[in-house]
Amino acid sequence: MKPAPFDYLRAASAEEALAALAEHGDEARILAGGQSLMPMLNMRLLQPRIIVDVSAIAELGKIDARDGHLAVGASVTQSGLMASSDLATRSPLLAGALPWVGHFQTRNRGTVCGSVAHADPSAEIPLCLVALEGEVVLRSARRRRTVVAETFFIGPLTTLRKPDEMIEAVRFRLPKPGAGHAFREVAMRHGDFAITACAAVVDADRIRLAVGGVGDRPVARNWPILKGDALDDALNAFAWELGGDDDQHATARYRRDLVRRVGRLVIEEARSCQA
Amino acid sequence: MPSLNAQTKHPVTITLNDGTRTGHASPRMLLSDFLRHELGAHGTKVGCEHGVCGACTIRLDGVAARACLTLAVQADGRRVDTVEGLAPDGRMTTLQDAFNRHHALQCGFCTAGILMSLSDYLERVPKPTETELRDMLSGHLCRCTGYAGIVRAVMDVTGQASGNADAKDASGRKEPGHV
Amino acid sequence: MTALTKAPSELAPAAAAPVSAALIGQPIPRLEDAAILTGQARYTDDLPIKPGTLHAAILRSPHAHAEILGIDVQAARAMKGVAAVVTGEDAKRFAAPFLVGVRAPMEHWCLAVDRVRYPGEPVAVVLADDRYLAEDALDRIEVRYRPLPVVMSIDQALSGDGEPLHPAVGSNIVNTRPFGYGDVNAAFEAAEHRISTTVQYPRNSCTPMECFVVMADYDQADGAYEVLSNFSGPFAIHPVMAKALKVPGSKLRLKLPPNSGGSFGNKQAVFPYIVIMGVCARVAGRPVKWVEDRLEHLMAATSATARRTDLEAAVSGDGRILGLRMEQTDDVGAYLRAPEPASLYRNHGNLTGAYRIPALDVVNRLAVTNKTPTGLNRGFGGGQLYFAIERLMHRIAVTLGLDPLDVIRRNLVPAAEMPYTTASGGILDSGDFLAAVEAATTDGGLDELKARRDKARAEGRLYGIGYAAIVEPSISNMGYITTVLTADERRKAGPKNGAQASATVSVDPTGGVTVTVASAPQGQGHRTVLSQVVAEVFGLRLGDIAVNTEFDTAKDAWSIAAGNYSSRFAGAVAGTAHIAATRLRDKLAKLAASQLNVTPEDIRFAGGRVFAAGNPDNSLSFSRVAAAGHWSPGTLADGTEAALRETAFWTPPPLKAPTEADIINSSACYGFVFDICAVEIDPVTAQVRIDKYVTMHDAGRILNPLMVEGQILGAFAHAVGTALYEEYAYGSDGRFLSGTFADYLVPTACEVPVPVMLHRESPSPFTPLGAKGVGEGNSMSTPVCIANAVADALGMDISTLPLTPARIAALIEKPEVARPASLDAAPPKAPAIAGGRGLQGEGTRTVPASPEQVWAILLDPKELAALLPGCDALDLAGPNAYRAEVVVGIGPVRARYLAEVELTDLDPPRALTLSGRGSSALGFGEGSGHVTLEATADGTRVVYRYDAAVGGKVAAVGGRMLDSATRMLIGQFFDRLIARAGGPAAVETSPSLLTRLLRLLGLRP
Repeated sequence: MKPAPFDYLRAASAEEALAALAEHGDEARILAGGQSLMPMLNMRLLQPRIIVDVSAIAELGKIDARDGHLAVGASVTQSGLMASSDLATRSPLLAGALPWVGHFQTRNRGTVCGSVAHADPSAEIPLCLVALEGEVVLRSARRRRTVVAETFFIGPLTTLRKPDEMIEAVRFRLPKPGAGHAFREVAMRHGDFAITACAAVVDADRIRLAVGGVGDRPVARNWPILKGDALDDALNAFAWELGGDDDQHATARYRRDLVRRVGRLVIEEARSCQA
Repeated sequence: MPSLNAQTKHPVTITLNDGTRTGHASPRMLLSDFLRHELGAHGTKVGCEHGVCGACTIRLDGVAARACLTLAVQADGRRVDTVEGLAPDGRMTTLQDAFNRHHALQCGFCTAGILMSLSDYLERVPKPTETELRDMLSGHLCRCTGYAGIVRAVMDVTGQASGNADAKDASGRKEPGHV
Repeated sequence: MTALTKAPSELAPAAAAPVSAALIGQPIPRLEDAAILTGQARYTDDLPIKPGTLHAAILRSPHAHAEILGIDVQAARAMKGVAAVVTGEDAKRFAAPFLVGVRAPMEHWCLAVDRVRYPGEPVAVVLADDRYLAEDALDRIEVRYRPLPVVMSIDQALSGDGEPLHPAVGSNIVNTRPFGYGDVNAAFEAAEHRISTTVQYPRNSCTPMECFVVMADYDQADGAYEVLSNFSGPFAIHPVMAKALKVPGSKLRLKLPPNSGGSFGNKQAVFPYIVIMGVCARVAGRPVKWVEDRLEHLMAATSATARRTDLEAAVSGDGRILGLRMEQTDDVGAYLRAPEPASLYRNHGNLTGAYRIPALDVVNRLAVTNKTPTGLNRGFGGGQLYFAIERLMHRIAVTLGLDPLDVIRRNLVPAAEMPYTTASGGILDSGDFLAAVEAATTDGGLDELKARRDKARAEGRLYGIGYAAIVEPSISNMGYITTVLTADERRKAGPKNGAQASATVSVDPTGGVTVTVASAPQGQGHRTVLSQVVAEVFGLRLGDIAVNTEFDTAKDAWSIAAGNYSSRFAGAVAGTAHIAATRLRDKLAKLAASQLNVTPEDIRFAGGRVFAAGNPDNSLSFSRVAAAGHWSPGTLADGTEAALRETAFWTPPPLKAPTEADIINSSACYGFVFDICAVEIDPVTAQVRIDKYVTMHDAGRILNPLMVEGQILGAFAHAVGTALYEEYAYGSDGRFLSGTFADYLVPTACEVPVPVMLHRESPSPFTPLGAKGVGEGNSMSTPVCIANAVADALGMDISTLPLTPARIAALIEKPEVARPASLDAAPPKAPAIAGGRGLQGEGTRTVPASPEQVWAILLDPKELAALLPGCDALDLAGPNAYRAEVVVGIGPVRARYLAEVELTDLDPPRALTLSGRGSSALGFGEGSGHVTLEATADGTRVVYRYDAAVGGKVAAVGGRMLDSATRMLIGQFFDRLIARAGGPAAVETSPSLLTRLLRLLGLRP
């Protein structure tokens, strides 16, 4: 279980990294924290020609709250974001969800943007990005573009990122005043990828529920403030739309039931913590 | 900076437990292999090579990390701490000593990684609750101990020898984590 | 009750009469730990290699079952750094098939010959300068396979359907053995009730943190192999390896390392790799080293047997079992690998558990399936057995409206009948089972648990209490496996019995004492316990004893029972060390007696002195006495032997060969375990939370309570995994699904609670120190105890493990809330059983062209090539049959497949079947899709139904995403078809989702 050969570039700047991507395109992979990429390299599921290490690029290590968003740079680790000042206020949802991402040891190295780039359908950070109506800032040597998170994820491990682009930052929307947030995950063990994870944002006139682990990517729905049977009906329709698959750990039916039950719980919880 | 060629072995110099060590690695060489087979630092173990089991956990610039998910070339110029450095003068740390007293290890293959995680974690969280501790330990797989002795040892060294109030084992000893 | 908190005892200073405090039985922290805790301990992969050593990587079958049509190793052999590529052809030249434990024409070669029979079966080995280069070359070996139908379950094997794995046997049930003990029919006639149950135990394994390691060398001149490996025994496997390498045992020198990273039985299964690497060293003419990686281990190392058990009990009105009919079928995987069928026979003497069941009929069957061969695994056969027996006890109670604990109590073997001989011949050696149960209920707080249950139930919560009472066998009779043979076959083969243990104790010229034993410690603290035992015999300090745990078949005393398995250390090995030390001490006493002018009987050893009883001043130092044999053998009295070294062999007296009537005492002693478990089940997630667990053990005399509790905690943790998380999962198409530690779920610190441990000590009359094994009990008792608690919480039957949330949910869930009418499209295809299928699905798309136009596109190889994801061109291979190189990618994961594509069932322009298969370094994929075309107002409505199979690495590590990845690839195909036929079109399933998807895909290059 050893990686296939590749060249290695420790990029000193974003420009240097992007130039390498422009040159090598799909043959290059970006290494930030490596917590998703390295296992795949070790298993030889991917065999890139060159690894572009962006972890040492200082300009990509910033966390900024501005323009109504919390922007997290490409080399910011999950631990780094967890430890950032006022995260519980700036993003209660992220503060609630990040402890569910992998483990202490993997969060120390794993990056926020790396998890988004990897696009595992069960991962917590992509789910939060969708729930919070976030954006992905993609940059190539030629241009920079911003993509809405909901459209960025296409399928399992598949995103809109083009081969010459890197995720420069992801932007989580800052909470609206008075909004309530809640996150819950059901996994086989603590730290596992979710069988089903639900993130809810509830404000004065809207419920937004995002679900991971059921569809082939995180998916969100907006509803007016529904209660009782109407909420159950909405959740049921959402569960059926997501469908879900059977795998060795859980059935599609179980996943749909979790959407109905846990979805309802997170919505109620978010509602209860509305200011 | 030019890229490192896949087919060539490149010098990699690290500060390993306070000493400077240089070895050679092709870009794809894992830090776990570099430490063990290039530098002969066998204390770090390899249990899964996909980042789940935690046996290879080391500290990279002070931060607990999986050596199997790190390239040796990434560590060039950086500080790597391994289990061999915990007791440099041969006297075990209080944590190592507590591991012995509380029978926190059996085969010992997971132990080095757990100690390295703890050495980072306890600097950040000096008095974890048992729940917090178990959460951190869930990044390690141990097949021998059921984690009981490990939890007991840490609660002991952090001055929290008694956990659950009503939990006692057969000998009357109060046991963290008892159900 | 053992006091666990006493300080380690040390020597009192020598006074008038030197004394040494007792060491045996004390909670002495381990002497092994310092080296491990400081990173100095040496495991196999840490040991130096010989100059010129080559590193091996193994090519494994991606198929569960296939014929090997050809292997092309040229490209691999030509690669830089590659010294050799070894295949089944080399195995045929230099090796022989492994011996098989039953009379059946099955051949198991170390490297596949002609056929592969399980996913991960070794097919070829690359030997290169380093492991990285060896793995590079693996990707360049081309193997052509012809897939065969697969057999993936016991029931499938029992049904008689399906391809025989071993055609010469003709059936996948390769052995059936009936046994009868007592008058079962009479018991059933007399009984008021007949209560039956059927359970299925899953495949799982203890997955030690250290994988297999083998270093092998071949000496051409001597024709001898030398191997260093973390093999754990039993050394009955040594002759199996030697025969496979076609050398006498003396030409296979096997060494074991000083430290091993866990085994739990599993490292027995390194033995085929010892043979493979022996062959490799011989072919390459250089030493070779192989380190198994975790993917290899999970996929192909070993497994506990899966077992189906059918029980029917004749039960009296008050719940006493008068007779039992038992049918057990073990899934042993693709080959019956030594020492199997031991899983099925290890418990033959204790098939009736801790109960007094006078009459027993048994039918044992062995099923082969296209799965990894099975082998030793903590609890060996006991988890399977007791899952059936203790579920039955619970069921009897529920059926008769009795308290399950009363049913257990009424059936336990009474203390007055100890030692008690079971119907099938086990001799339960000691213990008061009922007293242990009563103590556990009292000290374990059962009344409080019952109160919690009452309260929880009153609140509508799901709370249950379960019990399990078992006997824990230890020190296996080497003859029990021959119970699978008929009495006639056994007569021909010669009797097999006993369980030789050996130990050597020696003194050196300075008075230091060294102990070596034919064991292979895997973390159980042998060094500490042996130091305790031997130091106590000699009246020395722990630090005066050196225990060498390395092992060398060429130099150490050993026999076939040697090794670390069947919980034999405390009872057999430590006891044998005690015998050897005592013999040596008695010799030393003779020497000292002549110098001190007393009789040997008056000699005492304590405080490092050897002295006369009653006159402690008349003494010598231990080292002086010990050194005498080295420094002054000439002064020994005539006929007196120097006391330098003593080797003892000991076999437990009660272990005889099976009788003509198949009576067998399968183990030397039997501990008793009684467990109480309380669980609560989350009504939202159906997850099980263990609220409290109490485990009572009587393992005879306790040698070191710290070690005993360590063993209990470890077995308990494994059992929590068995009960709730762990399973080696396969698809019904044969693909292996648990290839990583993210898929095979080992419990972490968050999942394993700490049980309350209680002890009683009823020394075994059959072992030198009265000790019994203790390390496997909870692996046997805890899975079923948890299952019984869940059954109690749900008020339902539990018949399989692990009790995953989805499985529990399936038991309690009501019919699913209907799909709302507003979503009018067909529901997504959801096959019934999780993990138990190939990849299937169906869908409908509308293509903006006429059926004739669509047909023309599909039938044109150029057009078809453009539709297939990752395909540049199709080369014609026959009528509507093509060959192609296809790069299939899911996100960044890419693999180049050599594919065959075929169009069949042509019904122009209405229907066809498009099928393909291909293989790559990541495994194989095959599938077929039936497509129908129907003219509509908008063009053509294409309805497709597909069935796909994926095997090898990508399935083993990516099982979670296979369905969605398959859908995505099929989606890409139709997107291109739609685009080719004239632009985006309406999609009829989940419009909001897929329309967006399409739009986005349009953005992609």
